[in-house]
Amino acid sequence: MCFQQKMIHSLFLINCSGDIFLEKHWKSVVSQSVCDYFFEAQEKAIDVENVPPVISTPHHYLISIYRDKIFFVSVIQTEVPPLFVIEFLHRVADTFQDYFGECSETAIKDNVVIVYELLEEMLDNGFPLATESNILKELIKPPTILRSVVNSITGSSNVGDTLPTGQLSNIPWRRAGVKYTNNEAYFDVIEEIDAIIDKSGSTVFAEIQGVIDSCIKLSGMPDLSLSFMNPRLLDDVSFHPCIRFKRWESERVLSFIPPDGNFRLISYRVSSQNLVAIPVYVKHMISFKENSSSGRFDVTIGPKQNMGKTVEGVVMTVHMPKAVLNMNLTATQGSYTFDPVTKVLTWDVGKITPQKLPNLKGMVNLQSGAPKPEENPSLNIQFKIQQLAISGLKVNRLDMYGEKYKPFKGVKYITKAGKFQVRT
Amino acid sequence: MAASPAYGEEKGGSSSLGEPEYGHDPASGGIFSSDYKRHDDLKEMLDSNKDSLKLEAMKRIVAMIARGKNASDLFPAVVKNVACKNIEVKKLVYVYLVRYAEEQQDLALLSISTFQRGLKDPNQLIRASALRVLSSIRVPIIVPIMMLAIKEAASDMSPYVRKTAAHAIPKLYSLDSDQKDQLIEVIEKLLADKTTLVAGSVVMAFEEVCPERIDLIHKNYRKLCNLLIDVEEWGQVVIINMLTRYARTQFLSPNQNESLLEESTEKAFYGSEEEDAKDAKAEAASMAKRKPYVMDPDHRLLLRNTKPLLQSRNAAVVMAVAQLYFHLAPKAEVGVIAKALVRLLRSHSEVQYVVLQNVATMSIKRRGMFEPYLKSFYIRSTDPTQIKILKLEVLTNLANETNISTILREFQTYIRSMDKDFVAATIQAIGRCATNIGKVRDTCLNGLVQLLSNRDELVVAESVVVIKKLLQMQPAQHSEIIKHMAKLTDNIQVPMARASILWLIGEYCEHVPKIAPDVLRKMAKSFTNEEDIVKLQVINLAAKLYLTNSKQSKLLTQYVLNLAKYDQNYDIRDRARFIRQLIVPTEKSGALNKYAKKLFLAQKPAPILESSFKDRDHFQLGSLSHLLNAKAVGYQELPDWPDEAPDPSVRNVEVPEWTKCTSREKRKEKVEKPFYSDSEGESGPTESADSEPESVSEESSSSSSSSNSSSGSEEEEEEEEEGSGEQSEDKEEEEKRPKRKEKESSQKAAPGSVGSPSEEEEEEEEGAKKAKKKPPQGRKGRAETSSEEASASESSSSGSDSGSEAEAKRRKAPPSNRAGPKEISLLDLDDFTPAPPQPIPSSSVVSTSLVTDLEGLTLTDTSLAPTLLSPAFGAVRTYELLHRMAGEGLSVEYCFSRRPFPGDPHMVAVQIQISNNTDAEVKNLRVSEPKPLSGMRIQEFPEIEHLAPGDTASVVMGIDFCDSTQAANFQLCTHTRHFYVSIQPPVGELMAPVFMSENEFKKEQDHLTRLGEGKLTGMSEITEKLTLPEKCQSDHTIVQQVTSAANVGRVPCGADNEYRFAAKTVTSGSLVLITLEQREGAAAQLTVNSEKMVIGTMLVKDIIQALVQ
Repeated sequence: MCFQQKMIHSLFLINCSGDIFLEKHWKSVVSQSVCDYFFEAQEKAIDVENVPPVISTPHHYLISIYRDKIFFVSVIQTEVPPLFVIEFLHRVADTFQDYFGECSETAIKDNVVIVYELLEEMLDNGFPLATESNILKELIKPPTILRSVVNSITGSSNVGDTLPTGQLSNIPWRRAGVKYTNNEAYFDVIEEIDAIIDKSGSTVFAEIQGVIDSCIKLSGMPDLSLSFMNPRLLDDVSFHPCIRFKRWESERVLSFIPPDGNFRLISYRVSSQNLVAIPVYVKHMISFKENSSSGRFDVTIGPKQNMGKTVEGVVMTVHMPKAVLNMNLTATQGSYTFDPVTKVLTWDVGKITPQKLPNLKGMVNLQSGAPKPEENPSLNIQFKIQQLAISGLKVNRLDMYGEKYKPFKGVKYITKAGKFQVRT
Repeated sequence: MAASPAYGEEKGGSSSLGEPEYGHDPASGGIFSSDYKRHDDLKEMLDSNKDSLKLEAMKRIVAMIARGKNASDLFPAVVKNVACKNIEVKKLVYVYLVRYAEEQQDLALLSISTFQRGLKDPNQLIRASALRVLSSIRVPIIVPIMMLAIKEAASDMSPYVRKTAAHAIPKLYSLDSDQKDQLIEVIEKLLADKTTLVAGSVVMAFEEVCPERIDLIHKNYRKLCNLLIDVEEWGQVVIINMLTRYARTQFLSPNQNESLLEESTEKAFYGSEEEDAKDAKAEAASMAKRKPYVMDPDHRLLLRNTKPLLQSRNAAVVMAVAQLYFHLAPKAEVGVIAKALVRLLRSHSEVQYVVLQNVATMSIKRRGMFEPYLKSFYIRSTDPTQIKILKLEVLTNLANETNISTILREFQTYIRSMDKDFVAATIQAIGRCATNIGKVRDTCLNGLVQLLSNRDELVVAESVVVIKKLLQMQPAQHSEIIKHMAKLTDNIQVPMARASILWLIGEYCEHVPKIAPDVLRKMAKSFTNEEDIVKLQVINLAAKLYLTNSKQSKLLTQYVLNLAKYDQNYDIRDRARFIRQLIVPTEKSGALNKYAKKLFLAQKPAPILESSFKDRDHFQLGSLSHLLNAKAVGYQELPDWPDEAPDPSVRNVEVPEWTKCTSREKRKEKVEKPFYSDSEGESGPTESADSEPESVSEESSSSSSSSNSSSGSEEEEEEEEEGSGEQSEDKEEEEKRPKRKEKESSQKAAPGSVGSPSEEEEEEEEGAKKAKKKPPQGRKGRAETSSEEASASESSSSGSDSGSEAEAKRRKAPPSNRAGPKEISLLDLDDFTPAPPQPIPSSSVVSTSLVTDLEGLTLTDTSLAPTLLSPAFGAVRTYELLHRMAGEGLSVEYCFSRRPFPGDPHMVAVQIQISNNTDAEVKNLRVSEPKPLSGMRIQEFPEIEHLAPGDTASVVMGIDFCDSTQAANFQLCTHTRHFYVSIQPPVGELMAPVFMSENEFKKEQDHLTRLGEGKLTGMSEITEKLTLPEKCQSDHTIVQQVTSAANVGRVPCGADNEYRFAAKTVTSGSLVLITLEQREGAAAQLTVNSEKMVIGTMLVKDIIQALVQ
């Protein structure tokens, strides 16, 4: 007998309190007790983020991901590229998200049969089979309130009775026979600024990461090409499989037959040579007094290089040192909360108006007797700027071939803070 | 458990909408309601007629499975629904089956026929799903069925079904590795497939079944490279990993000229050093020595075609390409992967974790590659600790003289982090930078010394440990630091740090002659309270001081050693004893004493601080083994480059530019349009897939002709042509084509001594339309393989394989094939002279003609009834029905009398012998409450009024087993007791012998095979090889063994090395034909033809067992 079996053997879904609430085996059954090794590692790691994604046990390897308060723990028996499994597990979580609107324990438990059907289709013998959402949705219809009512009355099912054609065509990401009365194509150019700003306010590191998310509702088999005014800005690009790589290489045009619905067309990085404009600055004064169990906290946020647009949705989160007991602050704008358990200070600022800069100021109470915190906490900032791609990327035009109707087209730009951190 | 009833309630609640009476919540009985009862409820629902109820029940069952609860006792109830019309019920039943079939193998067999039917469905998706489920049922007995189904599906016209076949291969392999050789044949065939859909899956199968058969890749190498970009992402990963290994065995190292000067050339490439000129010279010198390296174009092809995939959205694909470049590309080109890998650092933290591990390994060897992205590895306070530590590792690897100041500044911020594990790691990283870069050693050391006054003890302790290592490099200059550290012993409590300080003082006690004895004094005072590692170092310090400065420390040392002598830890007691002997001179102490000082105060090499990722690159990057830094199960070593390149011509295939669509292919495409257009017609690459199967079909015709062995010379020619046909270039092949056709047709004419006018007709047709020629060819191959099983000496499997290929080809041919019947009759005449020519329906009309065929069969059945043979009464086996102990003195045995059961010919007669071993009379012996499974019927024996003590009664009962080996369960009652008993028939008893002549046998066999052919080739035939033991080689024993194993009748046979038997199943009257062919020596081959696949399979097993034992 040969036990050489590859790829994903079993999957366990585990919630934060350590209950295994779903298991699926693609080969022979692996006992739940294998998860004990995982629990052991989890205990050792203290917090969930630090559970090693790959755990070696005497007979198996466990590869896990943590998504939306759920651990997806897969059981592997032999050599397999770990990223293969990790990427697949994330794809499973994405699919749940797509189907149920959220990837939570409740959603999974409520739709356990659909979950099972999905898992059955996504893997065959532990090897990925259908992972494209367009195909899966043809095989297994996502639940809607209306459908569940109809199903319970008529006894009909969620399983598509027409079998998917996408698997069989060489455009596996698009389902066939798409029909819309209103044909629309929307593109969201979303750019995120990753930055580390040091104590003195100078930029240690900054770069722009962007994505183009699309929502395409076009009938038939449209063939689109999207061109940019300044494609050279895009330094490193990763593509949805639908994009014709050769066209991009030669003409810098995105040419593709899109999947139906929402999907991420490309993600890109703007070349690091370009100086990144940092739209906000932070003035901070955080100090802890020696031997007096108190400290001062004073932070002001102001706009900078924002190209005439308003910075909005500003939120600041700070992980305060453990010794901090409480904070007594006053905000000139927005509201703040401090969680004394996790020591997280959140300041929801909202919009920044240059006339009156938002400021948060007050006293910090420390545990009496505890030594003064060694380090000042770093400030994590979130913000949003509508109608602006900070890199200056601009879509030139969108053309459609292959279909006769005239679609409605739209492009939206937005800039956000990514991992934006100010060291103090 | 608490959550599950609530969940069940919810499910139950929703069902109440549809059907109130069943909507009763199964869990409402409370915690005490037994599982048994609850399942009864489900069983009832499954047995109902309403699909909605079935669906509800299945949903609840699946929910149970999902929670890991045992639902195995529902198996019989669930398996009945396998043929349910409702597609969702069916799907859920499949889910259930795959989960539990392994545990309930016998019952699972009941479902097999449904899948077999599915395998013949006209809808490709149903064929595929049937194969998927069939191959997922891990029941060893269906291995031959799976094998046949896979072979069949591998030549299916739908690429989707072929993909499923590829998926099924590893499943079968893990079930029965003996099938390897046959599976490799299928893999070889599928590797030649040119659709992107199949490529990934078949390479997966290849990797799992026969990764060592690298030779199978040669011919497909270029095709795989070219298809790669269009393969789905998961397949890409597998193919890239496989091609990495392949390239390592087939090409030369692109860096061979530089391998000698690895380090220096690397610097030259990235130009960070001023040694460039020198390097260039050295390089030139080495270049001159060797012949210039030219990269194999195939090697270049691989690199070129994988590069775009660095842009994939799938992290696994990017990583796969990155490792390919790292292992295969010339150094100058490896740099391209850095950008893509850095991009992955924006992904999920698990992805970051894996990528950083790989970057850490790469950055040791190819530092320059990641230098431009240094800042991307800067650490944020929000990163998880495990990510921080990996980034730190990378930053340390990237540090060099130019960027060290930036990196150290960055490290300074890290040291103030709240995450203490991370701080400790940073201090170690600083230590490593200090050892690697001489320029900053003093700066680092000063920085670390400053940390010694840090408030956090952990930071101090870690610093001490690192400083200790640094000081070992140049102790003389640092007595100040040692003094400073000596003072720390008063405060610092971390054992490792204390131990490190003590070691330092001991080692360099000559540099601090005044402080050292004082430290020892303090330590002696607190000795008993110290941790073990500290105690050991105290002893160590004492010993060293004793040797250098015995005047001051003699007493102290004695004191410490005495304390240690009575320590609780045996290591410490041991050490104390050992050291005392060594340093304190006594008369007993030997020569070692003299050398004590040398032993203790020898110059010790400074520890090398190096990355834990060093040398990890001997594992293939991106692999699990690399991540774990240990060989994982099933890991394939990445081979070293060969010294001499293997012959590159092995990769030559007939079409140099495979995408080119030749005129012939265009023509063919026209012919086959209706079959391919729906699936493959649109893509350029896939169209050319046609050329391969064609040559295969020719191959098959040649192989069948060779088995015919009518003319040796022709056979040779044919084979030669076959070889050249595959290898020669396309144009050439096209030229040859007409010639070959001629040959083929003449060859076909040769064995047929029965010359026929249609011969010429055929030839004419061939000249005109290629497509029309296929059916006769295919059919011929088929007919021959089945009938000539006996003489197909090479291997029956390959024969039937090629036959099935041809079969598939035939199906592809246009259904409007007029020439078919005529030619067929001709060919049939060739093969079986005695058989009457029979019009054979072409595939499109098979379903209608099948009915008539079947009708014919049943008609003959009734007419055959009188000719049923009376069974050969050999050794009749008796089985126990009720043991004397269990039956409280009543023992019951049964045997299969092999007589037709009077009154119902569809029943198997079971003779039952009841003995009364008690000393009382047993009354009213009867059968009651038979619980037959669906369709099974039991004819009870007449009640036995009484059975006297010591008496034995013999009765006959009839059971209609429905041609299955499921046990018949019933109760045996006496006037006082009920006994539950069951009769399970051996498969051989489910049939009754029939008499037929040799010709009839051949005809029926042929008929059966052809019947199968219409639906699914070979599904009605099972062949197995065996070795006959010595005692079982005579005619008599063979016949006896076979007839004892199964109730069959012998059919006369002309050949003396062949045995034939025939029977038909009792219930449905399906024919079962058995052929046993003896080969030279003890080898033999057993073939069973039967429509009932399960019966056939089991029968083969039983007969072989009977013969071998």
